[in-house]
Amino acid sequence: MAVAAEISGRVRRRKEHTRAVQSPLPFFPEQASSFAGSVDTLFLFVLLTCLFFAVLVSALAMFAAFKFRRTSPAQVGSTLEGNLILEVGWTVIPLMIALVMFAWGAVVYVNFRIAPKDTLDIYVVGKQWMWKLQQPNGKREINELHIPVNRDIKLILGSEDVIHDFYVPAFRVKMDVVPGRYNTMWFRPTRVGKYHFFCSQYCGTNHAAMGGEVTVMDPAEYAAWLSDESGNMNPVSAGAQLFTQLACVTCHLSDGTGRAPSLNGVYSGRVLLADGTSVTADDAYIRESILQPKAKIVAGYQPVMPTFQGLVTEEQIMNLTAYIKSLQSQPVPAKGAGIAPAATGKK
Amino acid sequence: MHRTGALYGQFETLEQQKETASLGMWIFLVTEVMFFGGIMLAYTINRHTSFHAFAMGSNTLSLPLGGFNTVVLLASSFTMAMAVWSSQTGKKRLIPIFLTLTILLGFVFFGVKYVEYAQKFHNHLIPGKNFDIRYCVNNPSKCEDIQPDDLAKERAEIAEAFEADPDLNAHAQLYYSAYFGMTGLHALHMVIGAGLLFWLLRNSMRGMYTPEWNTPVDLVGLYWHFVDIVWIYLFPLLYLIDRHK
Amino acid sequence: MSTASRTGTAPALKLPEKHYLNSEYGLRSWLLTTDHKRIALLYLASVTFFFFIGGFFAMMIRLHLLTPSGYLLSADTYNRMFTMHGVTMVFFFLIPSIPTILGNFLIPLMVGAKDLAFPKINLLSWYIYIVGGAFTLYSMVTGGLDTGWTFYTPLSTVYSNSAVAPAVLGVFITGFSSILTGLNFLVTIHTMRAPGMTWFRLPLFVWAHYATSVVMILGTPVIAITLGLAAMERVFGLGFFNPAMGGDPILFQHLFWFYSHPAVYIMILPAMGVISELIPTFARKKLFGYHFVAGSSIAIAVIGFVVWAHHMFLTGQSTYAAIAFSFLTFLVAIPSAIKTFNWTATLFGGSISFDTPMLYAFGFLGLFLVGGLTGLFLGCLGIDMHVHDTYFVVAHFHYIMVGGAVMGYLGGLHFWWPKMTGRMYPEWLARIAAFILFVGFNLTFFPQFVLGYLGMPRRYHAYPPEFQVYNVMSTAGASILAVGYLLPMAYLTWAAFYGKIAGENPWPATGLEWKTPSPPPTENFEVTPVVTWEPYDFHNRPDLGLDVPSHTGVMPVPAHGHD
Repeated sequence: MAVAAEISGRVRRRKEHTRAVQSPLPFFPEQASSFAGSVDTLFLFVLLTCLFFAVLVSALAMFAAFKFRRTSPAQVGSTLEGNLILEVGWTVIPLMIALVMFAWGAVVYVNFRIAPKDTLDIYVVGKQWMWKLQQPNGKREINELHIPVNRDIKLILGSEDVIHDFYVPAFRVKMDVVPGRYNTMWFRPTRVGKYHFFCSQYCGTNHAAMGGEVTVMDPAEYAAWLSDESGNMNPVSAGAQLFTQLACVTCHLSDGTGRAPSLNGVYSGRVLLADGTSVTADDAYIRESILQPKAKIVAGYQPVMPTFQGLVTEEQIMNLTAYIKSLQSQPVPAKGAGIAPAATGKK
Repeated sequence: MHRTGALYGQFETLEQQKETASLGMWIFLVTEVMFFGGIMLAYTINRHTSFHAFAMGSNTLSLPLGGFNTVVLLASSFTMAMAVWSSQTGKKRLIPIFLTLTILLGFVFFGVKYVEYAQKFHNHLIPGKNFDIRYCVNNPSKCEDIQPDDLAKERAEIAEAFEADPDLNAHAQLYYSAYFGMTGLHALHMVIGAGLLFWLLRNSMRGMYTPEWNTPVDLVGLYWHFVDIVWIYLFPLLYLIDRHK
Repeated sequence: MSTASRTGTAPALKLPEKHYLNSEYGLRSWLLTTDHKRIALLYLASVTFFFFIGGFFAMMIRLHLLTPSGYLLSADTYNRMFTMHGVTMVFFFLIPSIPTILGNFLIPLMVGAKDLAFPKINLLSWYIYIVGGAFTLYSMVTGGLDTGWTFYTPLSTVYSNSAVAPAVLGVFITGFSSILTGLNFLVTIHTMRAPGMTWFRLPLFVWAHYATSVVMILGTPVIAITLGLAAMERVFGLGFFNPAMGGDPILFQHLFWFYSHPAVYIMILPAMGVISELIPTFARKKLFGYHFVAGSSIAIAVIGFVVWAHHMFLTGQSTYAAIAFSFLTFLVAIPSAIKTFNWTATLFGGSISFDTPMLYAFGFLGLFLVGGLTGLFLGCLGIDMHVHDTYFVVAHFHYIMVGGAVMGYLGGLHFWWPKMTGRMYPEWLARIAAFILFVGFNLTFFPQFVLGYLGMPRRYHAYPPEFQVYNVMSTAGASILAVGYLLPMAYLTWAAFYGKIAGENPWPATGLEWKTPSPPPTENFEVTPVVTWEPYDFHNRPDLGLDVPSHTGVMPVPAHGHD
């Protein structure tokens, strides 16, 4: 019993860190949902049928090109100009095949559009350029989705601004996220692992950066994760992790070339604001910048930082502050720094 | 390509030329149907989804003025048809008279439209920052078109509409966007039509149109009738649906 | 008049003394011309100009995508590159190219008329195109455009920080050029056919342009009003498509695609028309199933109007609607299949030569086959739910538009170059260029099918590293493709001035356009022709000087008049 538990524990741990089993065919993503198999099978059917006709027509054309090549400069072709049986044949047969493709595709799609009754519902909000996801118990994630394996999962999708799309290639599913309405999509993950998800409807500047990872876990681990509050990490590491998880790093590039100022050396430095005044970047300033970013805009920057009100706990703000404090000793870039230039009084 | 008299060089006969010109104008009118059709579709869909706001919007339009304009346009189509008939039957003196009448009726239409647009402007019904569907109800002294006994009824109606649709003001803006879009586009087409009529008037006074060759009168007539028909669609869509009793 | 290449003993050919190119000189004679042939050349110059611009953007896209995290351009700049590539290529190259260049030049010649029905409106069309192009170029240099060529709202009307209004206005204006061209073609084909030119004696190029013109006049006004509303929304803050004001972004998509799907048929039908000319000419045989091919053109135009929402399967709309549109999408594929089978069947029993235009026709057959068949994947709901908005779509439409439409365009340019200029292009160089184009094209776009199924979304300025190898292949192919485009630009230009003189009918081909000198006189025909022969009938055309077996000869049918 103990041995079995140990072995299954090891197997479970190994699965957690590996990607799902590759599809046996090349050029296919992993098959990690209940839809993947049916979509791939349908795809193969259409592929092989189309390949058959493509090869047939190409072979016929190449054969004819060779057999009926011109043999003297003034030669003409025959008077063959039509054949009703052929016309009817090559209209009706493709039509029948097309209808089979249509019907099969419709069945797979309808299955996808009609969610089962008993689903684990996750609320997803897309906004330029991040995803906010909320678990049934209220736990929130940013650009990450943790779900249990072999459970029917339904995503309720909303947008705060423009049209986005939530796409998980390994699950073979996607759905547009349209402002002004809710869209829903469902799937059943069948393999434990980590899978990309992407925004798949062009939504502006960082459309390509608007994605993340879906982590499919064993039900027990999912339950554990769900009730977990924060890791036993020291504040600076926790803050560093948050800094990436919350996508701060996409704008606050450390070399100053981002759309937001570098945070190197900012803590307790003098920050020059757009209205000409300057403030000291202390803990309160950092907290305000996270929760009410439009209150004070750094000179030379646009007011584009989104607010994290409701997305971060006080503990997380403290961890972030600890991390930013740790950046004091990092090299300050000549341009694009958050702090005011030294003592010359020039703007 | 050279012209010999009325015959353009690419044509073999006058009959071919007339047939070609006529077909050209009909196809052009088909494109106009698709053009107006697009915005009418958008209006119709929004009418369905923002029912309350659009009903409110319709109620702010003046039925007497709109009805009068409809009669004016129908009359102008009649005078236009008479102009075409005159050119076909060789009654050269009548052509400029009927064309002038058509132009005058067109200007009457513009005049009424101006009054209506001015009223919208005054009543804060132009989409934008100052838009307020409740302006007249809240400031009855500023709006001349509200009768005192109707005021209580109007207030009740608007309150009821806001209850049914809290975003009534935003949706009502959509109504007015469509209203100005559709009537504006229509008016633009009428201005172009008026221009064409002036051109015809000038030529008819020089006696250019004969029973053998009156194609321009014919084609402008087709265009004018089409613009009239667009109004026949706009009037019920904008003014008549869902009016309160 | 047979040519030296066939008999080997004819005297040296000379250009006609007076033709449309030397009838008048000076800039004014070109900018104020109403001659459909000169207008076609005006379009050739401006369309080629926009092709270069669109090609430049394509080059930037492919260079940038060599690495996963974007070394070349910022995200905003990349987004402008792909948007402007799309807008330029769709509205200023693909939609006009064959109709305004080859259609304008050839339709009056093919029906036996002196010009189009409305020559001045034809010139107006070109000026409208130029003005529309100017607005769009203005937008490109003052802030660019980064909404995608599809202008989805509310991104384009509210959130984008680029020069949306002038670009949308530019496309709106250019739409009228399209409408007027379509109108001109429709009327010309109806009322200006020469005596004896009945509907079923018309070349299939004309049928294809008839169908195209129907789509142009019915569809383009809808995009005009849609973009007009979008522009007003952007400038005046109206709310039709803005959910924050009670509007519906999906309404925009419906209105947009109602035109933009038929627009793709505007892009491909003319190319199919070219192929329907090339194959019978170079197989020296009647087109197999002429009536079916003519009917298929009309069917594609009609059915093409009711499939638009297959671009919207994943917007969250009604499942029933999706099923209906998927069904109709499969239906619209059938006429294209019928054409493909008929083209292939034409080859059997033919006398096939491999001149450059025929190489382009073969290229079209193969590439359109792939492009059209991959459309089936996308129309199939159960597959689209995975590959929608991925590189699979990008590959599909490039196979049709480049592999199909551009091949047809280049094949047609080569085929009719002798008629338009009086001179032949260099054959061997042209064959090499065609081959380079074919190889480069496939290397560029085939890997994108793989990328799409693996899950790489489109319009991405950066991508996960595992996708890099296919992107590198694609960029390598693009550099070869570029060579394949530059070569014809160069040698066709050279040939127009220094090529071997071609004579009236160098191929020879059976169309009416080949019964007039090369280049044609301004009035096209000295005497209005009277048509008594069937199209592509090599057996009843003794004037072509070919070896026709006498026992299969059939007496020509006398003319019956106008219709």
